[in-house]
Amino acid sequence: MAIMNAITIFGLCAAALVGLGIFGLIVNPQPLRKILAINILGSGVFLMFGVIARRGAAAGLGGDPVPQAMVITGIVVAFSATALAVALLLRLVLVSGAATLEAEAEPSEKDGR
Amino acid sequence: MASVFDVTLVCLILAVGAWSTFARLTFSAIVIFIVYGLLLSLAWVRLAAVDVALTEAAIGSGVTGMLLLNAVARLRSTDAAPTPSRSSVNIAAGVFCTLITASLAGLVLVPPQVPVSLAPSVMESLGQSGLGNPVAGVLFVYRSLDTLLEKVVLVLALIAVWSLAPDGLWGGKPALRPFPQRDSVLIFLARTVPPIGIMVGIYMFWVGADEPGGAFQGGAVLAAMWILVMIAGLAAVPPTSSHALRLALIVGPVVFLAIGILGIFLTGTFLAYPEGYAKPLIIAIEATLTVSIGVTLAMHVVGPPEKEWRS
Repeated sequence: MAIMNAITIFGLCAAALVGLGIFGLIVNPQPLRKILAINILGSGVFLMFGVIARRGAAAGLGGDPVPQAMVITGIVVAFSATALAVALLLRLVLVSGAATLEAEAEPSEKDGR
Repeated sequence: MASVFDVTLVCLILAVGAWSTFARLTFSAIVIFIVYGLLLSLAWVRLAAVDVALTEAAIGSGVTGMLLLNAVARLRSTDAAPTPSRSSVNIAAGVFCTLITASLAGLVLVPPQVPVSLAPSVMESLGQSGLGNPVAGVLFVYRSLDTLLEKVVLVLALIAVWSLAPDGLWGGKPALRPFPQRDSVLIFLARTVPPIGIMVGIYMFWVGADEPGGAFQGGAVLAAMWILVMIAGLAAVPPTSSHALRLALIVGPVVFLAIGILGIFLTGTFLAYPEGYAKPLIIAIEATLTVSIGVTLAMHVVGPPEKEWRS
């Protein structure tokens, strides 16, 4: 297949990573694992940007620098979101004593310290 | 045709990504995630995006990994055996995700006839900025508002993290437990690596104008060195009320904003650089940003204040 070049392979990899990330986000019950899954999902989306950038190679550059710069910005923002999510989780554990998102953990039973 | 290396790399990335998702222990999942990030940065090199590869390795894999490891260490007592989700949910989720992957793969396999690219217009006017690295040009010239706001997001997220501490601990000390053993390899490394690491960080920022590198990547290396020294117990974690710390957190965004406002008076446009001064101004912004990014990333990793602190 002529279109099966290296860029396409990475594009398919990105598509699979997005699916994997969403799957992990849905099926993993632990909040920290969900945060991890969101990071895998994000990296798949970023890789898709990389594929688009590589296809836009022109003017003597290996790739379009605009999507590449957007990915750098995206990685930093994704880190900020991860840090905030982790802090929320740690606070949840401090208040409720359990790292769970289950609804049946009754608030009246383990009301905050 | 795709080379054997690329196919192997993609298979490895997918396998390691799946391993991280399905690993039984959260701790293992995070360690595997760090490996995953490093493999992914190799993919970025193969896609001719070395700047992104450095960012992914430093921030996406390294600093995020440290943040998650620190979290899992605090959560270990609550890391109960996960209740397995119902198989009907698993199957539905599997079908849903396969559909998403298939539609994205379809988009990849049917590329547009004429690839869209802004590369020619970037290269056309890159000369005026005095920069040699087109990605740095996009970050600090054409899309500098994005870059400014992203720095603000990083600081805002830190304020939000600090705000999650109980009221009485505002301004207190983050509880990063130093490694207790006195004569360990860690202590030795924390004494010998930082001088080299700090040089590497400053170098990455400095060459960022012309070669792959820049404030983000350099700042992440500086953050790693600071965290190393703090974990080894050789430097105290500063209380979040420290004025020096808060100044270091905001100096980068403030200088960036000030130069942006200066642009209104000198050129009539926010964030525009006066002709001939673009490069020195960008270097000034990047230098202060490197410090701010390094400090902000490190403070994100050590987390919210957990101990009261009296001066």
